[in-house]
Amino acid sequence: MRRLVQGNEACAQAAIKAGLSFFAGYPITPSSEIAEVISRYLPYKRGIFMQMEDEIASINAIIGAALAGARVMTATSGPGFSLMQEGIGYAVMVEAPIVLVNIQRGGPSTGLPTEVSQGDLMQSRWGSHGDFLCIVLSPSSVQEMYELTYEAFNLAKRFRAPVIVLSDEVVGHLREGVDFDNISLSPIVERLKPEVPPGSYYPFEPSFNGVPPLPEYGTGYRFHVTGLFHNYKGFPTSDKKEISNLMDRLQNKIKHHIKEFFKLEEYQTEDADILFVSYGITARSALEAVNILRRQGIKAGNLKLITLNPIDEEVISSILENREMIFVAELNMGQLVLDIKRLGCKNSIYAINRYDGDILTPQQLVDEVRKRIQVGAGN
Amino acid sequence: MKIKDYLRTDFFPNVWCAGCGNGIVLRSTLEAIKSLEIPKDEIAMVSGIGCSSRATGYVDFHTIHSLHGRAIPVAIGVRAAKPNMKVLVITGDGDCSSIGGNHLIHAARRNIDLTVIVFNNEIYGMTGGQVSPTTPYAARTTTTPLGNPEKSFDICSLVMGAGATFVARGTVFHVHQLIKFIKEAINHKGFSLIDVVTPCPVYYGRMNRYEDGITMIKEIKEKAVTVEKARSLSENELEGKTVIGLLKKEEKDEFLQSYLSFYNTKKEASDGTAV
Ligand SMILES: Cc1ncc(C[n+]2csc(CCOP(=O)(O)OP(=O)(O)O)c2C)c(N)n1
Repeated sequence: MRRLVQGNEACAQAAIKAGLSFFAGYPITPSSEIAEVISRYLPYKRGIFMQMEDEIASINAIIGAALAGARVMTATSGPGFSLMQEGIGYAVMVEAPIVLVNIQRGGPSTGLPTEVSQGDLMQSRWGSHGDFLCIVLSPSSVQEMYELTYEAFNLAKRFRAPVIVLSDEVVGHLREGVDFDNISLSPIVERLKPEVPPGSYYPFEPSFNGVPPLPEYGTGYRFHVTGLFHNYKGFPTSDKKEISNLMDRLQNKIKHHIKEFFKLEEYQTEDADILFVSYGITARSALEAVNILRRQGIKAGNLKLITLNPIDEEVISSILENREMIFVAELNMGQLVLDIKRLGCKNSIYAINRYDGDILTPQQLVDEVRKRIQVGAGN
Repeated sequence: MKIKDYLRTDFFPNVWCAGCGNGIVLRSTLEAIKSLEIPKDEIAMVSGIGCSSRATGYVDFHTIHSLHGRAIPVAIGVRAAKPNMKVLVITGDGDCSSIGGNHLIHAARRNIDLTVIVFNNEIYGMTGGQVSPTTPYAARTTTTPLGNPEKSFDICSLVMGAGATFVARGTVFHVHQLIKFIKEAINHKGFSLIDVVTPCPVYYGRMNRYEDGITMIKEIKEKAVTVEKARSLSENELEGKTVIGLLKKEEKDEFLQSYLSFYNTKKEASDGTAV
C-alpha cells in the first residue's frame, strides 16, 4: 500500500524495522520528528526511548547500550552533531555498532534551524579528532531514507562501527508516497558472536576480516573496552606496532570491503558531455536539470553519490573520465568538489554552490551550465 | 571466591602511584561485591577518564573505560540494554562533578538504578594536579599556585538536591564502613552515590606539604566527623571537617522499573504505536 510519509518518519520506521531496541536523543530541528515517531512505537515494542539531557549523553548512552547488546540509534542536526563528535571517535575506537542520523541544517553555529544545508559532509568525515573512518550514507528521497537507515543498522553490525545517515532538512521534511510493501530489504544482519569459549575470546582480535565478534553482556564473555589505544585484549598499550596495527585495522576492516557496500546512481551518463555530481536533495534537482538540458539538445547526465564515505575512487574516476564539463552541485561552500577535483581533470570541474538555506533549483543548475557553455564558446 | 578472582591480573601492574588511595576504594568495592555474592557476569562497571577511572581495566566484569565525564550516560545505556544487570560507575571528582556534572544531575533526577563511586582526591590527578571543583579553599594546585580562591563543592549535596535516593560519604581510612555503604548502595533500587575521600600524595600531597600518603590518610581520619555528631555542631565548628556517614536513604520508584510498568499498561494501536 502506498502511504504518504515524511522523510523523518520513514527514518524512524526503518529503524524500528531494523530491530531498534534503544534510542537516546535530544530535540533539535529539523530532526525532532524522528525522536517523536520513535517515542510512539518503541516503548510498546519493548524497546526503550530516552530523551537525554543533551547530545553528548545521547551518543554515549547508545554506545553503552550497543556494547551491552542493543540495536541503537540517535538522531540530531548541526549543533547536536558537533557535540557528538568526541563520541563518534570513541565509538570508532571501541568498535561499537551505532547508527547516527544527522538531518543537516544551515550552519555554522545555530545557523538556520529550519532550513536546508549540506554543510556537514566534511564534518562527518573528519569531525572527530584523529584519523578515523565512518561510513556515511546520503538519501535523496523519502524511500531512500527508509532503505538507507535500515541498511545503516546492517552495516554497523557487519563492520562493528558507527554508521552516519547524513540527510538534510528537505529530505527530512519532504512528504512522498512510499509503497512500503514493495521495498526489498536485505535480511537483518546479526552481530558476529564468538565461536570460542569465554576464556579464549578477545574483544579486539584482528582475525575475522578485521571485525572481531561482539558478544552480548551477560553471556559469560566479559571484556574491557577503552578509548585509549589498546591491544587485542582491550588493554591500553603504547607498543608502536600494536598502535599502528590498530589504526590500520580500524580503516581497513571497512575500506577493504568497499565494493560490498559502496553505492552510486548514474542517470543518462553514458553519452553525457556535461556531468552533474550531486547527492541528497541536490540530486533530485540535478535529475530534473538533466531532463531540461537534454530537451534543449545538451547531452547532460548525473552522478548521484549515495555512499559519501568512504568513496570508491576508482569507480568515480572512471565515470568522470572524458567529460567536457563536470558540475559539482552542493548546498555548501564546496566540499565534495574537493574530492571530484582530486579524482577528475581539474580544468573542467566547476562548483555550483548555494548556502542561504534554499535548495538549488533545476533551473539554477541549467542556468549555470548554459553560462559556462557560453563562456566556453566565447573563448 | 577470593578477591583475586575478581582481578584481571594480566592487566597489572596498575597505573596508581605509591600512597594513592585508589586501590583501597577498589578493594572495598570488590569486598562489597564478594560479600553480596553477585556473579561476575551480572555486573557491569563503567568509568570515565582519570586515574581513578583506570580501575575498570583491572576487574573481571563487563567493563567500559569511557570518555571524560561520560561514564554515567554510557552506564545508562548498559542498563537500558540489560535491565537486570548491576551497573556500577567508577569516577573521579573532576570527572563526575565538573565535565560530567550535567549527567550526574539528570541521572539522580531520574533516580536511575546506578551505583556511583566517586574517588574524591580533591584534585585532577591524571593531568598533573590541577584544581578541581572539590579542591578545598586555599589549597595549592598546579593551576592555583597561590592557593585555591574558591570554596570546595559538595557532590553529595548536589545529588541529594537533584533526587538521588541513596547518598553516603566515606573515606579510605574508614574501610569497614565504606564496604558497608557500597553493599547497601548496590542493593539499593535507585540512584546511589558514595563520595569517597582518598589521598593523592603525589600531586595534592606534594604541593600542600604532606610527607606521604599515610600522613594524608591520618589527616582524613582526624577531619572526619560522623553525620550524627555533625548535627550537634555549629557551622563554625564544622569548618574544615568532613561529614561522613549515610546522608540520605529513601525508597522511591526507580526509572527503568517505572518506565517499563508505565508502558505495560498501554495498548498497541493498529498502526503499531502505543496508545
Ligand atoms: C574532554 C576531555 N577534556 C580533558 C581531558 C583531560 N583529562 C583527563 S583526566 C582529567 C581530570 C581527572 O581528574 P579526576 O576526574 O578528578 O580524576 P583523577 O585523575 O583525580 O582520579 C582531565 C581534565 C580529557 N581526557 N578529555
